Amino acid sequence: MPKREHLPRTPMPEQDPKQRATNFDEVTLGYTPEMAMAEASRCLACKQKPCVRGCPVNINIPEFVRKVAEGDFGAAAEEIARANALASVCGRVCPQEEQCEKYCLMAKVNGAVAIGRLERFTADWHAAHADTNHCDVSDREPLDQKVAIIGAGPAGLTAAGDLARAGYKVTVFEALHEIGGVLRYGIPEFRLPREILDREIESIRSMGVDFMTNVVIGKTLTIDQLRESGFDAIFVGTGAGLPTFLNIPGEDLNGVYSSNEFLTRVNLMNAKDFPNEGTPVRIPVKAVVVGAGNTAMDSARTALRLGAQEVHIVYRRSRDEMPARAEELHHAEEEGVQFNLLVNPVAFLEGDKGWLRGVRCQRMQLGEPDESGRRRPIPIPETEFDIEADTAIVAVGQSPNPLIRSTTDGLKTTPWGGIVVNEETGETSIPGVYAGGDAVTGAATVITAMGAGRRSAISIDAYLKALRENNNKVSE
Amino acid sequence: MTSHVSHASAGEGDWIKTSSHVCRLDNILSPSSAAYLILDKQRLSDTVVRLTLHAPLVALNAQPGQFVLIRPTERSERIPLTISHADRVSGAVTVIFQEVGHTTRELGGLEKGQSVQDFAGPLGTPSDIQRVGTVACVAGGVGIAVMLPVTRALKAAGNRIIGILGARNKSLLILEDEMREACDELAIVTDDGSYGEQGIVTDALAALTQRDRIDMAYAIGPLPMMQAVCDVTRDQSIATVVSLDPVMVDGTGMCGGCRVRVGGDVKFACVDGPEFDGHLVDWDSLRSRKAGYREQEQKAREASEEAHHA
Repeated sequence: MPKREHLPRTPMPEQDPKQRATNFDEVTLGYTPEMAMAEASRCLACKQKPCVRGCPVNINIPEFVRKVAEGDFGAAAEEIARANALASVCGRVCPQEEQCEKYCLMAKVNGAVAIGRLERFTADWHAAHADTNHCDVSDREPLDQKVAIIGAGPAGLTAAGDLARAGYKVTVFEALHEIGGVLRYGIPEFRLPREILDREIESIRSMGVDFMTNVVIGKTLTIDQLRESGFDAIFVGTGAGLPTFLNIPGEDLNGVYSSNEFLTRVNLMNAKDFPNEGTPVRIPVKAVVVGAGNTAMDSARTALRLGAQEVHIVYRRSRDEMPARAEELHHAEEEGVQFNLLVNPVAFLEGDKGWLRGVRCQRMQLGEPDESGRRRPIPIPETEFDIEADTAIVAVGQSPNPLIRSTTDGLKTTPWGGIVVNEETGETSIPGVYAGGDAVTGAATVITAMGAGRRSAISIDAYLKALRENNNKVSE
Repeated sequence: MTSHVSHASAGEGDWIKTSSHVCRLDNILSPSSAAYLILDKQRLSDTVVRLTLHAPLVALNAQPGQFVLIRPTERSERIPLTISHADRVSGAVTVIFQEVGHTTRELGGLEKGQSVQDFAGPLGTPSDIQRVGTVACVAGGVGIAVMLPVTRALKAAGNRIIGILGARNKSLLILEDEMREACDELAIVTDDGSYGEQGIVTDALAALTQRDRIDMAYAIGPLPMMQAVCDVTRDQSIATVVSLDPVMVDGTGMCGGCRVRVGGDVKFACVDGPEFDGHLVDWDSLRSRKAGYREQEQKAREASEEAHHA
């Protein structure tokens, strides 16, 4: 028998690229129990546990992996659930290669242990085999104090789950009509199936968390009104929902979308089923996606699935600088997305009656590193060319939504709109008000937001505990 | 814990009848309050409907000029509609709309006692109500419904109001009595002369500016009407506010679908508007963007008519 560190990383089955580019079913199919046990047995169970350090919510990774290797999947699921309320989501969308797996000792030997795939397997196995996905919180001591969570995305859901488990009365306010935030409107179902998300949300609801949709904090109610109405602490997890545009000519043409709008129409509003669903989306024939992050890949792959014959990514730097996860790039390329690197759009071209007919681009070369540490793209003169397109999707980043900062006196924000917090506690400039996730950092990852939700939940618990003790002293 | 929330009350007119009223927010802060029950439905004309819904959270902070996003059914599009009236005591919110597209027809098909699926607001920036002197409130078609709360607020702020209402014909004219009450003077024009003067609102406005000093104008109605009003007032340097209704999805500044060019800058109608300086609006771009889904809407209508006949 070969030494286990000599075994290669177990591949995960996937839908065939040609086939999957035409449907919205999940791309990756998950491990079988045999695959999971084989992969888990590659863990060296090293003493240092560097993987745990790489996990924003500090899952005890070697412990759950050991249980998977032993075939005790239920125990493995329990181990993960101690630290992560959204395991089947994280197993799918976390950039593990930048986190837990990056630090795995096996990474330098024969490929890191596939921790993300094992997390996904374990969570899915548990959901399929457990009697209920309801969390038992009957042993908790119910507390009278109330916490408002603003935003039902990854940060808010994590904080809500943790605080409900600690016994608080938790109400989550969501601006849209459905729960999940970016997991619902941003990440396509071929990466995160809706039933997986629904299952995780149901489990949080079962802890006694109340959800109020259609409440836009900053408009429907202000933070001050929430405080006046009896919430003892507030967590702001409103994400980075404000789209960035390129500010180049032709950007108001029909057929030019922000990635937020394009993905929201398809993911939240189910526009692919128009007219059975009420919301339409432009069905692209030739699409250009500007940007090379995960959102750009999601947009490009969604355009393909809607029926586009040609989808181009246009990115002003080179392959090495592309911010998307390696796996997403690989999947997009396999599905036939064409990459135009060192190419920058300079104008959207008008065709018939205000509709887009193409994107004028210019070739770039890399110069000296800029403030981001990446080599600065410089235009090469007289290299303009046009890419024919009836649809263009601008996916070059999002910043925090201004609705809360513009309606909350005393809430400190950065010049670019991020909420300023104490990095240890998540507390904002207003006592009792905490914040985390993209609303603080600008667009980042699901798991970083979850880590911030957890950190704030711990601080809120400590803050409310101190309030209780103070009140007790006063009444004694 | 009891909690009381007080409200700002500036410039509300009779919009909120009890501006000093204090309500108990915790009573309306429960998931069960989100039923959005239709309390009343009236047809103001063949195609214009007034719905009053139970939506206490929306009523709480609503100001003239703001809108709600409505989804009539669980499969519907999210569409913006201006709030016509909000009552903080009863929690009732009124919207008035014309059945023009698929979604407004779905909404118009609901009856008293039914609920809409989703109702979120108040959204957008409230009207900037100032005392400026004499204000011409020019409204056409269903835009009269959007103009009414603004007119009342302008009146309550101490302005002299001259209203000009336009409709294709008498049967399409709505809210005449309410506007008459809110204005110091009211002129009515119809395209076919079936009521009031025969003509269009810009005729009446041009005549008015000959006779009276107008300090400010509001224009709310079909896009060509607002643009024509702005052409008249631009020549005479009368500041003019318009209320825009481009295509929206979320209504909270997230998608950028409602972007309009105002004075060369890109603005989001859902958060920066819906009211803008009419002299700075790029009307051509707005017109083109509003038509962006016309073909697909036509398809949806045909599909739903087919289903209806099947």
